[in-house]
Amino acid sequence: MPETKPVLMQGNEACAEGAISAGVRFYAGYPITPSTEVAEKMAVRLPDLGGVFIQMEDEIASMAAVIGASIGGMRALTATSGPGFSLKQENIGYAIMAEIPCVIVNVQRMGPSTGVPTAPSQGDVMQARWGTHGDHPVIVFSPASVYETYYLTIAAVNLSQKLRQPVILLLDEVVGHMREKVTIPKDSKLMVEKASDKVPADWKPYDDKGLAPLVPFGFGHYYHVTGLFHDQYGFPTGDPPQVERSLERIHEKLMKYRDEVILTNYIGHKEPRVVIITYGCTVRSARAVVKKAYWNNRMPVGLLSLQTLWPFPDKEVKEVARKADVIIVPEMNMGQIVGEVERHVKDEAEVVPLNRYDGEMISPDQISEMIGRWLA
Amino acid sequence: MGNRQEILLTGAGGQGLILASIVLAQAAVNDNKNVVQTQSYGPEARGGASMAGVIIDIDTIEYPKVVNPTILLCLNQASFTKYLPRIKKIGECVVIVDSTFVSGPFRDEYKVKSYPITRMAKEEIGKEVVANMLALGVLNASTNIIDREIFRESIFELAPKGSGELNQKAFDLGYSLYKHGSGQNKEETIQNSQ
Repeated sequence: MPETKPVLMQGNEACAEGAISAGVRFYAGYPITPSTEVAEKMAVRLPDLGGVFIQMEDEIASMAAVIGASIGGMRALTATSGPGFSLKQENIGYAIMAEIPCVIVNVQRMGPSTGVPTAPSQGDVMQARWGTHGDHPVIVFSPASVYETYYLTIAAVNLSQKLRQPVILLLDEVVGHMREKVTIPKDSKLMVEKASDKVPADWKPYDDKGLAPLVPFGFGHYYHVTGLFHDQYGFPTGDPPQVERSLERIHEKLMKYRDEVILTNYIGHKEPRVVIITYGCTVRSARAVVKKAYWNNRMPVGLLSLQTLWPFPDKEVKEVARKADVIIVPEMNMGQIVGEVERHVKDEAEVVPLNRYDGEMISPDQISEMIGRWLA
Repeated sequence: MGNRQEILLTGAGGQGLILASIVLAQAAVNDNKNVVQTQSYGPEARGGASMAGVIIDIDTIEYPKVVNPTILLCLNQASFTKYLPRIKKIGECVVIVDSTFVSGPFRDEYKVKSYPITRMAKEEIGKEVVANMLALGVLNASTNIIDREIFRESIFELAPKGSGELNQKAFDLGYSLYKHGSGQNKEETIQNSQ
């Protein structure tokens, strides 16, 4: 057993530590509040581990550097906030298309544009899904605590390698900046899942049959890498059946590993009348409410927290919708995930948004008040 | 929920309150308690009325922001004016102010305790910068949230290299400041006893 000791750690630091535990040895980025501590921690830690830290000239260049490092065989990560996330989008699309693993951390702040740099928000949920153009697959995680940030960063890095798919970690200012007591393993090497141990003899970089392991460029195999639609060997193609198959394949690989990709957690009553569905720091307010309403007062209330936002946890949402009369969706934006909830719940339950966009967290009182209206 | 302490440390940006909040939170970790620390990140963190919140509990802590302060520390007038109205249970919340900078008004029902924190740091230790650790000494002496020795060790752990003992000395001075009681008229006796 690795030696463990509880420590006081910030969400952003936990993200950096999680990345290092998962074998990330390359960081390129351009600092921006409220994500800067990720870069700071990486700058301190990576050189001693034989890793590379680069502060690039801007965000899109950082994304390019991360992609280059990754295809060169290093596990790579970058961190930013909304304004920088906008600038990275073009290259995120490239990484998705060329199936190059990488992790992009977006510590959300109040937008649009430069917004309020130090205020929390959950306004980038749809940007994380559709920020880059085309009908692309994405994986987006959203942690609610420092501990969850550590473990979801590890999951993001490992999953990204395994599926050859960029993974976006959507933190918010609250989770990124707060410090909490966490217990993390000291011997961090255990967290690295090797994805590409077995390379089949007939290895093709973009095998039609499904997921081919990543062989770093130049490690015994040479292939073409492009953002154009390509054949199994990576060479551009415009052939309709090949284009169609190729697009389907990059979507299918996520669904094949759905159990590992989609992470949710339900707490509360077995037969709830009111269910809260939320993510990120808002989970904490909701949990405080459920603690009081269900644990203390046995009210028919539950909470479905979404650690994975995309691909959207449709089955999980449908399941709670069958039991509940009302689904409340608190979000620190004008209503983003609520539309997706409605789309899957249909007429099974009434879906009620609870939005706040003044740069403050949704308080437990706000949620309690809303629940009270339905259980009165 | 009876164990829950919600602590607000307030003052001007630069008075070291954010470091104080991290030290307090680290001390809580070392004392095997659950803790969440948050702080203001806006322009006020560089002047004006800045704030750091620390919640300490035996139970897990969900909502991370201070809602119902049980301890309020104010190191300047602006923060006293701004954060005193945040108190919900007037009379139950421990209010500690630095008389060097805070002149009131002290309404009786708030039971404000006033200590010459920064002035003592300057006069007794010769360094104003340790006023934050001195304030933590007063705070912990008044409330006993953390074991004193564990707190001292946590200060040593987090203080900039070479300043550990100096900061611990400031923390101890906070204890003697508390022992001599609050109010301006007590200052003379403290100076004589040192």
